[in-house]
Amino acid sequence: MTQTIKASRIRWHIVVFLAPAVLIYTAIMIFPLFNTLRLALYSEVDNVRVFTGLDNFRTLFGDAYWSETFWNALGNNFCFFLIHRLVQNLLGILLAAIRSHPRLRFAGLYRSAIFVPTILSFVIVGFAWKLILSPIWGIAPDMLDAIGLKSLYAPWLGKEEYSLTTLALVSVWQFVGIPMMLIYAALLSIPEGVIEAGEIDGITGASAFWKIKLPLILPSIGIISILTFVGNFNAFDLIYAAQGALAGPDYSTDILGTFMYRTFFGFQLQLGDPHMGSAIATAMFAIILIGVCIYLFGIQTRMRRYQF
Amino acid sequence: MQTKTIGLALLTTTMLSGMAMAQDVTLTIESWRNDDLTLWQDTIIPAFEAENPGIRVVFSPSAPAEYNAVLNSKLDAGSAGDLITCRPFDASLALYDAGHLADLSDLGGMANFSDVAKSAWQTDDGSATFCVPMASVIHGFIYNADAFAELGLTAPTTEAEFFAVLDAIKADGSYIPMAMGTNDQWEAATMGYNNIGPNYWKGEEGRLALIAGEQSLTDPQWVAPYATLARWADYLGDGYEAQTYPDSQNIFTLGRAAIYPAGSWEISGFNAQADFEMGAFRAPVQNAGDECYISDHTDIAMGLNAASPNAEAARVFLYWMGTSEFASIYANALPGFFSLSNHSVAMEDPLAQEFVSWRDECHSTIRSTYQILSRGTPNLENETWGASVAAIKGTSSPEDLGAALQAGLASWYAPQQ
Repeated sequence: MTQTIKASRIRWHIVVFLAPAVLIYTAIMIFPLFNTLRLALYSEVDNVRVFTGLDNFRTLFGDAYWSETFWNALGNNFCFFLIHRLVQNLLGILLAAIRSHPRLRFAGLYRSAIFVPTILSFVIVGFAWKLILSPIWGIAPDMLDAIGLKSLYAPWLGKEEYSLTTLALVSVWQFVGIPMMLIYAALLSIPEGVIEAGEIDGITGASAFWKIKLPLILPSIGIISILTFVGNFNAFDLIYAAQGALAGPDYSTDILGTFMYRTFFGFQLQLGDPHMGSAIATAMFAIILIGVCIYLFGIQTRMRRYQF
Repeated sequence: MQTKTIGLALLTTTMLSGMAMAQDVTLTIESWRNDDLTLWQDTIIPAFEAENPGIRVVFSPSAPAEYNAVLNSKLDAGSAGDLITCRPFDASLALYDAGHLADLSDLGGMANFSDVAKSAWQTDDGSATFCVPMASVIHGFIYNADAFAELGLTAPTTEAEFFAVLDAIKADGSYIPMAMGTNDQWEAATMGYNNIGPNYWKGEEGRLALIAGEQSLTDPQWVAPYATLARWADYLGDGYEAQTYPDSQNIFTLGRAAIYPAGSWEISGFNAQADFEMGAFRAPVQNAGDECYISDHTDIAMGLNAASPNAEAARVFLYWMGTSEFASIYANALPGFFSLSNHSVAMEDPLAQEFVSWRDECHSTIRSTYQILSRGTPNLENETWGASVAAIKGTSSPEDLGAALQAGLASWYAPQQ
C-alpha cells in the first residue's frame, strides 16, 4: 500500500523549487546560446535571412583576411591568458603567503587595498590606467623621472610590442585580489596538525611551504586557472575601454571579444553582421568548452586530494 | 475631489490639443543630434512654423551611439517619425534600399545642391537622391595665431613652407609643433591622410577613378600622402603613440601646441576653450601655384520616411531646408557645420569664415574611403586608419601600405580586381 503511493506520487516541490532557476537560466543563458549557434548558420542576402550552412565558418577559417584576423585575435588571447596565469597565480600565492604570516600588521588594510580594484568597473580601470600611463598627463613618466629612470618610460599603450602585455598586467592588477583570497582561504584550511607533524620531521620555513602547503593548495590554483581561462577568453571590456573597438595599435591588442564585437555590431563605416559575429561567438564557445574539458578530464580527475 | 478636478482638467487639455492637432499636421524629426535640441526648438522650428501655419514640427533626437539601431527598429515597427536625419552613404542607402526612405529626386529644393553634396545620399548610379543635404565639415589645420606671431611665422601654403614652419617651431622649443596622437587611430586617417591627400589625388578626379577601378591604391598619388605623413612623426609631441584625441584637443587649447590638424567641427569647442587667437590654413599644396583641393565632407542630411502619413507637409519642410534662410540659420548656430547648398551664407565666426572661404579657392571633395569602397570586408576606411598610423610611426613603408590596402580592397571590390 505505502509502496504504490510512493511510486505514483510526483514530488512537485522539487519541480517548484527548481523552476525559477531553470526558467531564468533558460531564458537568459541557454536560449541565447543556442540561438547564437543557430544564427551562425545563416547569412543576410538582399535584406533576407537565408540558411547557408557552414559558409560563415568557411569564410572565417578559409578566407585570408578573416582567418588572419581570427588567428591574430586567438594568439593575442593566449598571450593575454598566459600572462594572467603566470603573474596572477604567482602574485596571488605570494600575497596570500605573506598575508597568512601571523606577525603581519595591518593585514586587513592590505586585503582591502588589494581587493578593491576587483569591484571597480572596467571603464574606470581602463580610463584610470590610460591616464596614469599617459605620456602627457600621466604620473608614470614623472615617477620614473623622480628615481632617475625616465629612459625606461615608453608610451606603452601606444606601442605594438608592449600594449598587450601592459593591458594584461593592468587586468592582473585589477583581479589579483581573487586568487589571493581563494589561496588564502585554502592556506587557512590546512590543519595545524599537518604542519606541526612536518616540523617534528624537520620541515620548517620555506620548505614547509613548498612541501606541505603548496601541494595542498594546488586544487585551488587549478580552479583559479580555469576561472581565469574562461574570463580571459570572454574578455572584451578592458580592451574596449582602453583601446576602442579597433584594439589598436594595429590590432596588437585584438582579442576574440573585441573581434566579435566589431563584427557583430559593426564599427564606424563597417555595418554590423550578426551572422558572422555569431560564427565568431560560436568559435569562442568551442575554444572555452575545449579548454574547460581538458581541465576537467585531463587535470581535475588526476589531481590528488588529501583527507584529514 | 482634488484628483477629480485634475483628471477633468487633464481630459479637457487632451481634448483641446486633440482638436488643435486635427487641424494642424505634426511632423516628427528623428535625429542623433541631441546636442542641437535647443537650436531646433528655439530657432529653426519657430522660423519654419512662422512661415508655414498649419504645420507643427517636433524634434525628437536619440543618443548618437544608439541612433542607427533605434531608427531601424522604429522603421520596422512603423513608429518612426516623418522626417529622418540621414547618416552619409551606406547606412542611409540601406534604408532606401529597404524601402524606408522616399525618393526625393523631384523635390524642388534639390537644385540648390551640387552633385558632390548630394553624392552621399544617392544610389550608386546617381539616379535617385533620398535625403536633402544639410551640412558638411571641412578639413584643414587650425593654428595658434599668438604663437605664430611670437615666432614670426606666417601660415604656410606649400608643403615646403609647411615643414619649414614646423622646423622653426621645433627649433624654438617653446611649443609642440603639431598636436596629434595615433592612439585613437582615426585622427591619423581623417585629419592626416584624408586632409592632405586630396591635393595628391586631385580630389574628386582621383576618388571617382578609384571607385571606377581606373586608379589603384598602389599608384603614386595614393601612396605619396603616406610618405608625407611619415615626416609628421618628428613634429608630434613626446609619446604621441599613446596620445588620444581628447589629449590632442587639450594640448592645443591649453596653448602647448602650435598647429592642430583639424576638422571644422572643432570650431565651437575651441572657441569656448582656447584663450588665444586662432587662425586656419588649408592642406598645403606640393608646389606654389598648384590647383588646391580640400576635403569638404558631407556629414548630415534629412530624408522622408516612406511610410509617413504626412508626406505633403514633410515635403514642404524639406523644400524649406533647401532655402537660403535655413542655410543661414543652421550655419550660424553651429559654426563649423557648413551648409551644403549653393546659397552664399554670411557667417559671423572668423574661423568658420576662413574654412568656408577655401570652397571658392579650391575644389571640394569628400573623404576617399566613404563612398562604396567601405562596403566590404576588409573595410577600407578602418584599414586606412591603421595604415595612416603605421605610416606616421614608420612601422611600414608607404609602398607596403599601399599594396596591403589594394590587396584588401581587391579581395571584394570587383572594379579593382
